[in-house]
Amino acid sequence: MFEFPLPLTELFGHWGSYSVYFIIGGAFGFILESAGFGNSKKLAAQFYFKDLAVFKVMFTAIITAMVLIFLATAAGILDYNLIWVPPTYLWPGIVGGLIMGVGFIIGGFCPGTSLVAVATKKIDGMFFVFGVLIGIFLFGETIASYDVFFNSYFYGRFTLPELFGLSYGTVILAIVIIAIGIFLIAEQVEKSQSDNYQPMPKWTKAAALGLVVIAVGVLSLGQPSNQDRWEGIAEVEQARLDNREVQVTPQELLSLMNDTKLKPILLDVRDEIDYNQFHIYGAQLTAMDDLLELSELLQLEPANAVVVVISNDEQRATEAWKMLKAESVPNIYMLEGGVNKWIKFFSDDDFLEKNALAKVEKDCLAYQFDSALGDRIAAAEPEYHKNDPHMMFKAKIKLQLKRAPTSGGCG
Amino acid sequence: MSVQSPGKPYWNPYAAGIGLGVLLFIAFLITGTGLGASGGINRVLVFFQNMFWPEHIDQVPYLLKMAGGETNPLDSWIVFLTLGTVFGGFISGKIGKRSIWETNKGPNTTKHSRWVMAIIGGIFMGYGARLARGCTSGQALSGGAVLSVGSWAFMFAVFAGAYLLAYSFRRFWN
Repeated sequence: MFEFPLPLTELFGHWGSYSVYFIIGGAFGFILESAGFGNSKKLAAQFYFKDLAVFKVMFTAIITAMVLIFLATAAGILDYNLIWVPPTYLWPGIVGGLIMGVGFIIGGFCPGTSLVAVATKKIDGMFFVFGVLIGIFLFGETIASYDVFFNSYFYGRFTLPELFGLSYGTVILAIVIIAIGIFLIAEQVEKSQSDNYQPMPKWTKAAALGLVVIAVGVLSLGQPSNQDRWEGIAEVEQARLDNREVQVTPQELLSLMNDTKLKPILLDVRDEIDYNQFHIYGAQLTAMDDLLELSELLQLEPANAVVVVISNDEQRATEAWKMLKAESVPNIYMLEGGVNKWIKFFSDDDFLEKNALAKVEKDCLAYQFDSALGDRIAAAEPEYHKNDPHMMFKAKIKLQLKRAPTSGGCG
Repeated sequence: MSVQSPGKPYWNPYAAGIGLGVLLFIAFLITGTGLGASGGINRVLVFFQNMFWPEHIDQVPYLLKMAGGETNPLDSWIVFLTLGTVFGGFISGKIGKRSIWETNKGPNTTKHSRWVMAIIGGIFMGYGARLARGCTSGQALSGGAVLSVGSWAFMFAVFAGAYLLAYSFRRFWN
């Protein structure tokens, strides 16, 4: 399951992966230029309803790529969690888009098309690119004065199906049908505005039908659920659980918390009442129901982030670990023996004797506290002495090369 | 009338769209990142800023990310994608015999005013693309295909901005 996207750098090395990007870019430039997008007259004609090629090319490309991408994710070939979905910063995006629209009608290009204009000796394209450089420069100089707005209205990885509360298949089919409808309208508009109108070639009917058929296929297949995703990797990952490769000892967790080169993220998946009684310093209270949503944010963490899930023993942490692992969250571990083992390890005998409960149910806190102390107790943040023989451990945490991209084509 | 090519005819827009869509799919399949253009241009600019004005880079957090300390702003896949785009456009222009020195403009405007407008439009475009965290290819095309809400809102905003001002600028294009 999920062979794609490929771990490019691992496969081809630094320069090898860059050559792949060069080839993809080459095909991109070739198509843009062949579609006529190196010609500012062709681009601007879109906004006077004389030649709607910009609209047609763009939306045909979007719906074609969309149905293929979601067919691949439905079939378990491509991991949707590992592809770059531009995070939504709603109003900065809209304001930036409006400014770009103004730039488009004044300047006659957008950044990608101006590159192929330059490549085909269009002088207006060269002046435009010069303007773009000035614009980017001005942005770099002025952004510090309003970066609060620049970083506002952040919704993270937010998709249309989530917005409408519909399935991916439904939204995809709807977009394909709406797009085809708009293409038909666009043809009528061109016919009435243009003296040399060329009707749609016959094959476009077959292509449209093909897109609808694939979209229906995507709808009937459905996207893999968390459970499906786990089943796809269970064989390998259950073995790692059973071999105890992912359960880090209290010593290793404490050393992780004190490692300035790494970014530990401690997720406490117990009930709030237990969390209030006692939790490890820095652990975030996380409800099991929120884990899937949280997994999207964890994908945006830097490559040195290490996630450790924590419960009272290991029962609930194992469930949480499976859920996050199935969502392809990198560098995910759990605390061996949970909070109970942690308390036992880092508390003095006096405390243990006084506070240990006689009878402990499965996955419950094994100690009682006089009041809800949270992390205001020594055992929540034990002192760390690197060379203490008591603190030796066999390291299990191994950073994996990050696969989910942290920026898209515009970063 | 639909705009004619100075060389061999342009591709049918639906054919170009399907080709572009398949390419975008392959890009996501292989790399996971889709396409883009403004990011590459951005980094080339930062490279030159860093060359002539390195102290300044170290004071602006936005630039620091790309070129702070030993970081080379050109050491990024986006730069190679952008170089590829220029190269691909060059090859296509040669094959289609469209690679000729010219200024495309409306019939009722001069070459020089077209150049000035291109610079002004470019400034807006470059500024807006950074504010929106992407351009037509990175945000609208790639983000649109993977159903990002922000990308769709952005896409409508670009078309809205252009259509709103189209009437005011009609004499430059018609």
